[in-house]
This record gives sequence, C-alpha cells and structure tokens, in this order.
Amino acid sequence: MTSSSPGGSDPLRATPDGTAAATAHPATAAPLLELSGLTVRLAVEDGSRAVLDGIDLSLAPGEALGLVGESGSGKSMTVRAVTRLLPGGAEVDGTVRFEGQDVNAMSGPELRAYRDRGVGMIFQDPRAHINPTRRIGAFLTEALIRNRGTGRREAEARAAAVLAEVGIDSPERRLRQYPHELSGGMLQRVMIASVLLAEPRLILADEPTTALDVTIQAEVVGILDRLRRERGMGMVFITHDLDLALAVCRRVAVMYAGRIVEVREAEELHRRAAHPYTLGLLGSRPSIDERADRLDAIPGRPVSAFESGPGCAFADRCAHVQPVCREERPELEPFQGGLVRCHRVAEIHSRQDQEASA
Amino acid sequence: MTTLAAAPGAPAGTPTAPGRTARAPLARLRRTFGISGILAGVFLLAVLVLAVAAPLLAPADPNAQSLLDSYAGPSSAHLLGADGIGRDILSRLVFGSRTSLLGPALVVSISLLVGIPLALLAAWYGGLVDATVARVFDLVYALPGLLLAVLAVALFGPGLTPAVAALSIAYVPFLARIVRAAALQQRNSPYVDALAVQGFGVVRITVRHILRNIAPVVLGQAAIAFGYALLDLASLSYLGLAVQAPTSDWGVMVSDSDALMKGYWLPVLAPGVLIVLCVLSLTVLGARISGERPQSYLRLRRGATKRSTTKPSTTKGAGA
Amino acid sequence: MTNSPDVSTPDLSTSDAVSVAGLSKVFRVPAGKGGQTRHTAVDEVSFRVPAGGSLGIVGESGSGKTTVARMLVGLERPSAGGIAVLGRDRTAPARWAGERNRRARELQIVFQDPYTSLDPSQSARSAVQEVLRHHSGRQGTGRAGDRSAGGGLTAERLLDQVGLTERQSLARPRDLSGGQRQRVAIARALAAEPKVLILDEAVSALDVSIQAQILNLLADIRTETGIAYLLISHDLAVVRQLCDTVLVLRRGRVVEQGDCGAVLDDPAEDYTRALRSAVPVPGWQPPNARV
Repeated sequence: MTSSSPGGSDPLRATPDGTAAATAHPATAAPLLELSGLTVRLAVEDGSRAVLDGIDLSLAPGEALGLVGESGSGKSMTVRAVTRLLPGGAEVDGTVRFEGQDVNAMSGPELRAYRDRGVGMIFQDPRAHINPTRRIGAFLTEALIRNRGTGRREAEARAAAVLAEVGIDSPERRLRQYPHELSGGMLQRVMIASVLLAEPRLILADEPTTALDVTIQAEVVGILDRLRRERGMGMVFITHDLDLALAVCRRVAVMYAGRIVEVREAEELHRRAAHPYTLGLLGSRPSIDERADRLDAIPGRPVSAFESGPGCAFADRCAHVQPVCREERPELEPFQGGLVRCHRVAEIHSRQDQEASA
Repeated sequence: MTTLAAAPGAPAGTPTAPGRTARAPLARLRRTFGISGILAGVFLLAVLVLAVAAPLLAPADPNAQSLLDSYAGPSSAHLLGADGIGRDILSRLVFGSRTSLLGPALVVSISLLVGIPLALLAAWYGGLVDATVARVFDLVYALPGLLLAVLAVALFGPGLTPAVAALSIAYVPFLARIVRAAALQQRNSPYVDALAVQGFGVVRITVRHILRNIAPVVLGQAAIAFGYALLDLASLSYLGLAVQAPTSDWGVMVSDSDALMKGYWLPVLAPGVLIVLCVLSLTVLGARISGERPQSYLRLRRGATKRSTTKPSTTKGAGA
Repeated sequence: MTNSPDVSTPDLSTSDAVSVAGLSKVFRVPAGKGGQTRHTAVDEVSFRVPAGGSLGIVGESGSGKTTVARMLVGLERPSAGGIAVLGRDRTAPARWAGERNRRARELQIVFQDPYTSLDPSQSARSAVQEVLRHHSGRQGTGRAGDRSAGGGLTAERLLDQVGLTERQSLARPRDLSGGQRQRVAIARALAAEPKVLILDEAVSALDVSIQAQILNLLADIRTETGIAYLLISHDLAVVRQLCDTVLVLRRGRVVEQGDCGAVLDDPAEDYTRALRSAVPVPGWQPPNARV
C-alpha cells in the first residue's frame, strides 16, 4: 500500500492551457477535484461581498494539496464551497467538479452521497464538531449504521480497528467514553478516525492541528499523512503555517484576498518562491535556528477579496508595486515551474538574479 | 443611573467608526431597533409626552363631574365620551398616564438602585458573596410580586406607596439576575484583568467599564420590568389596593365595573388598550435594546469573531 | 544555568527585574461525587529576569506557563514560593491602592487574545489616556519619571510609537484588526511606563505577516526603553527571536533553562529535544510519514 501519490507533481494542471502538463504527465488521470473560476459572494446587510475571486485549482486522486493563507484569504471559504456548506444567500459563480460531476448541480440524494462517501472533513476544533452528549462509539458508528446499513456489531468492530490505526490505545474502552473524557489531540484523532471510516476519496482538513500542541500536531499530522497515503485519498490541507503545509503536501497553493497568488511544488516553493507575498510570508516567520536582526515584515494587514481594488490585491503591501499593479489585475501565469499571479514577477527575479551574480 | 444615560444609542452611534459610510440616522435607527422597535419607541414617547404635558393636552378637568353627561357617547364635547358621573374619559386617560407611569417608574428605579450594586458585587467577588446574593435572590424570586404587594397593603393599608415598595423588592431579582450574568461575562474578560493589573480599583472598573458595557442589557431588562410593573400596579389599582378611586389611573378606570354592567364598554376598553399597548411596546423595545435581534447568518461583521473559532455558523470575515 | 530550586524566598537584594523562587500553585478542582482533588499547576518554579533582559517561558498546554504570568501580575495568589519585581516582594496581594498602583508601574502584561483584552466601548486613545491619567501625579518608581518628565508622555506619542494612525486611535476595537488591537494593548501597557512587560502569547493569535510586525515593534521598544520582557509562548521560533534566555516548562515543572541559543540548539533534556523536533521547518517530515 505504499503507492506514492499518482500525479500530483504538476502545478500547471490547474490551468486549462498548461503546456507543461502534457510533458510532465502525459497520462494524467481525470482530476478528483476541479475548481474553475470559483467566485463566491456572501450576502451582507447592504448587498454582497466577494470572498473568493476566480479560484482555479485541481487535485489528482491521492494527491495532497496545501492551501495556505492568512485571515481573509478565503481558504476556509474554498472548502466550504467544495462541500456546498456556504452560508445562506451566498452567490456562487464558476464550477466545482468532483470526479467530473458538478457539485453545485447535485440533487439532494447525490449531495448526501457525495458528502458521505466523497468527501470527509476535519476541522480545527474537534470539540465543536462532535456531539458532547454522545459516546465516541455512537459518533463513529452512526454514519455506518444509518447510511450504509452496517450491523451494529460490525460497525463497532470497524470503529475500534480504525481507532487503533490512528494510534489510540484500548479502542474498545474509548468507544464507551464521552468526548469530554478525551484530550484535544485524542479527539482530533477520533475525528480523523470518523473520516477514515467513511472511506472518502477526498479529505478536506481545515486547520486540523492549529489548536493542538506542537508535539501532538506532529503526531496527528503524521497519522493523517500515513493513512492518506495508504488509502490513496486526496487531501486539501488548509493552514496558515506555510512550513507545515510544505511538510505535509506535495503541492502548495498560496492564497491572498480570495485569489490564488502562487502554486508550486512544496520542495520548490521554499527554495524558489516567486510571488512577493509568498516571499513575504517566508521572511515574516522567525527561524528556530537563528535570531534575525529584524524580520522582513510585510507592511499593512491582510485584506479580504471585497476590500481589494481593481488591480493586484497585494499592491498596497508590495515593495515592488508599480502603477500597473493597481490598475490591472494580474493573471495566474506559469513562472519557473509554478504558477504566479504577479505583473512584475519576471522583472523582479531577473533583477535579483543579476544582483546575485554581480 | 447616570451612567446608563448614554447607552441606548451606543450600539448604533459610532460616528468615529472608520470605513463605515455615514448612513441616514433613520436607517441606522431601523437597523438597531427594527420597525417594531421604532413603533414601540414612538408610542412610548407619545405616552410620555401625554403624561408630562397632561394639563396642556387634556381637553377638560379629569375630575369635573357633570351628571348630565353620564355615559355620554363620543361627541365633540367628549371625544371618547364620559363615565358614569360624567367625567371626560379622554382627560382622565391623559391624566391617568401620570399615575400609571409614575408607579412603575418608581418600582424600576428602586429595584435598579438596589439590584445593580448587589449584582455587580456578586459578579466581581464570586464565591461566597455570589452564593449568598444568589440565594437571597432565589428566595425573593419565589414570592410572587403581587402577593407581596397584597401583603404590604394588608399591613400598611391601601395606597400607591406600600404597593410600590413591595413591588420594588419583588423586582430586584428580576433585574439583578440578568445584570449579574452579564457582568460576570465581562468580569471574566481579559480587559478587566488588564485594568486590574493597571491598578484600577473595583469601583472604577465595575462602574466605568463593566456597567457601561452591559448598559444595553440593563436598560432592556428595565424596560421589560417597567411593563410588568405597570401591569401589576394596574391590577392592584383595579382591585382597589394601590391608586385610590378619585385619582385618575388606568387600572382604576378598568375597574369601572358599573359601566360594563350597564353596557358601556368604552370607559373600560380605552384604558385597557393603553395598558396592553404600553406593556407590549416596553417588551418589544426592551428586547431590542438588549440586543435580541432576529439573527441573520448572512451578516458579515468584520473582526467580530476570534481567529481561533471555527464554528461553521460564525460570520467570520471571509474564510480563513 | 539552573537556579537553586530550594530557595523559597526570592533574592530581593539583586537588581533583577524579576526574581521568582520556589513558586507553586495548587488548584482545588472538583472531582466526581462531590469530592475535590488538588491539581498542582505550577511546581517549585524558580527563575530570574535581569534588568533589561528577556526571558522566554516555553511550554505546551497544561505546562502552567500562563498561571506563572497570572501570579506575577497578581491575578492569582501563589500557594508557595515568592515573587519579587525590581527587588520588591509582591508575593502577597497589594493591600492598598498606592501599593497596587506602584506595582502597576513596575510590571505590565499583554494578553493573547486581542479581541477580548480591550474594553469594547473604549477607543484606543481613551484607553491609553485613562491609564496615563491614572498614573500621572502619583509617585514614580524612581526611574519611571524619566520619559514623562522629559518629553511628556502622551497618548498620541504612545500610539504613534506602536504604529497606529490618528484615525485608528479614535476607532473602537471592533473597527480594528487583530494586529491593530494588539498594538493598542501594547500601548496601554506601556502607558504605565513599566520596567517589565509580560507578553502572554501576545503574538500567537496574529497572522504571520502581522506577527512579524509586532515582533519587530517589540524589539524596537526594548531597544528604546530598556524594558525587560517575559515572553510566554508555545512557539519556539518566536522565543528565539525575542529572548536572551529561555525556560522550558512541563506539567508545572522546570525542565530546562538557560541561554536561548544554547538550549534550543543543543537541548540537554529529551523533552526539549522532542519539542524542538516537532516544529515543522523546511525539510521537516511528519513522523511515520517516510514513504
């Protein structure tokens, strides 16, 4: 079961005209998840506000994709759009396709089946998503018994087996416990177990370890990663922690103000990030190995899609800003093996290369 | 009570708020109180004007009798007709608003004066202080206010004073419990800790910060209590235990069974409708002031939620 | 580098900004069937922060790091041990207002959550002004008068120092972003002109790009004022960036303490090593993940 994720090494697949895609993976399977031009506007008191602005993304079966961004970037809204769990009154443009099927056109039963067997969600705060008055066993087996018609005994046996797989000791005893008897890290493992039981083809993990201690985070992420690989499930891993995303995912998409600003192989991203925002994020983070004189902080604060002007959303915080950045919206275009949404990326990097060689 | 004065406009009135376009004051009012809240407010304001300017507004002397006009129907002389001894009903209603509002106003004021300090004390110190205050409240809460008032009247004789005194005591827990709960929530906020670390004393923190922040809740509950007190006092007056007969009072007017038996319903119905409308308006307005608005999940409030919360229902900025 | 833990009174003779000895906190927690159990949140913790120094207290949830901070500022009473700040004992609660205010001018704190640590109905400027007014005209703590005597410490200057515009300083907290609110909280703490500032996970809830701004700001403030920091954090990288010395706490006990670089680069204890190796850095792989 150690089949490494098929495909997944090609950031360009997100664009319909990606030329490198053909060369890198001539026989790429149909994408598991495909977002194209996804735009979401939420209703507010006086009209509506854009939170997502033309998201193009695709995910191969078994691939792990990181979605990184700060508050207001729209990363959580993206997974909500994928599961059709947007707040009421939201206007959606563009398409979300799961295994080729348009999610927004699904009928009631189709949607239920999709949410049951297609996607599984893991949230930041498991305590808020597990009914506190019911035992762990009931939480884990409910979907199996109700939706799949599995017998109670068999469902419990499977639940216990999965709990053991996520590293929980004496699983039979845990099934009889209540959520409050388990620590946050344990509960997050229970949440992962519940997702595994449904055997979805796609896992959406929304900041699954943000509320956990680092040592627990490492364990939980390790378990998630191993099981995902063993079962060949696709995963969208949402986090604000770029380093974590790089460690867990093959490919990482950086979001800013409801748009994707850079997509790149994880290994490449940390060595050769191209977008000024991605570079800013990398420079903002203090290092555990050394003390910087000063951190290269990005000025200003992150904005949401509805707050950004007609041009590049990052323009106000960017050191390389030119008039064109404020007027014209940059497109997501291939650059050095990845995709970058920046008017001046080629210019900036050629200048830096010159400086480096001089 | 002075600290409460600024409160009702507080949720809406943020003239210095940046990034927020100045809206017409009416639209802002509507956003805060809703149509029903505005209607209730306008009605109550009208009643208040009636009470204050009664001598100017009343068409006649409320106590002037004229046996010729006994049970006269509505006419240009008596817009709402006259009662059994020929007193002008409209004038009696106008003057009656004074006693009808004065009683509840006293009840609520006294209850607040007693209840707020007790509630703040309980919320701040917690532990034994809180437990003791809570037990006393429970005890008083168990006694129906009307029963207490009847008891007081039995001891001290009928009149507005014993009735108001008894109801004031009975209303303390009704107000103080809400104040305590709201204050407790503030008490556990880090900003209160920060003020304590800055060296500020208990009184300053509770009055200048906590009370100011819970003022909408206090005012809202006070408005609701006002409605209940109005109803209670009207009932007592109806029974002849509070306001006494010659004085015009809505409760007393409703008790005019003589008119009803003779088939004249207007002298009874008019004050009854006023009582109901007042109580209704106060309840609606009270709920609106304390922030019980029909919640819209669609409303986006920038920065209103913590970054760490992930409840799916939060109206968080935009994802992330 | 470890302090001798058996001293139960802090060393008052030193010029240390903070000196803590044998500090313990035992909470009584209700157990099942109406009983009570005792939970030792902080267990015999000793450390010192030299004047103008900066100590990071690192630990995971349940390590007792926040309880230490709350005891230092007087929000929680120690069960045992002693605390001295600027050589003055503050183990027992302040008895009168003068003492309370003096302590306020010695040590201040910035909390984690920028959304709840400001009074929602107070603008940044009025929050800072309130503190300035409260402490003006009262006896300073010796060196405290320097800045106010010279240039006149005003709310405008403080808010400008933390990088808030005039418009932002007039806004209520709900109209400010998380980073802006945290700047207000820092300005409010600095208004008392403390010699020591506790930062209780003060940058943890902020976006990465904002966190960097605040860390730079804190470094600048330290250079300008010579203030001492006590940074409570779960984030080793943040501690490394801001602190000279570090103390690792686990379940209320000190695991290891010493020079920040030395402890983080070459941990003596297994726990510190585990803590360090769990941090995702470039090239890091989750355990069990090797294919």
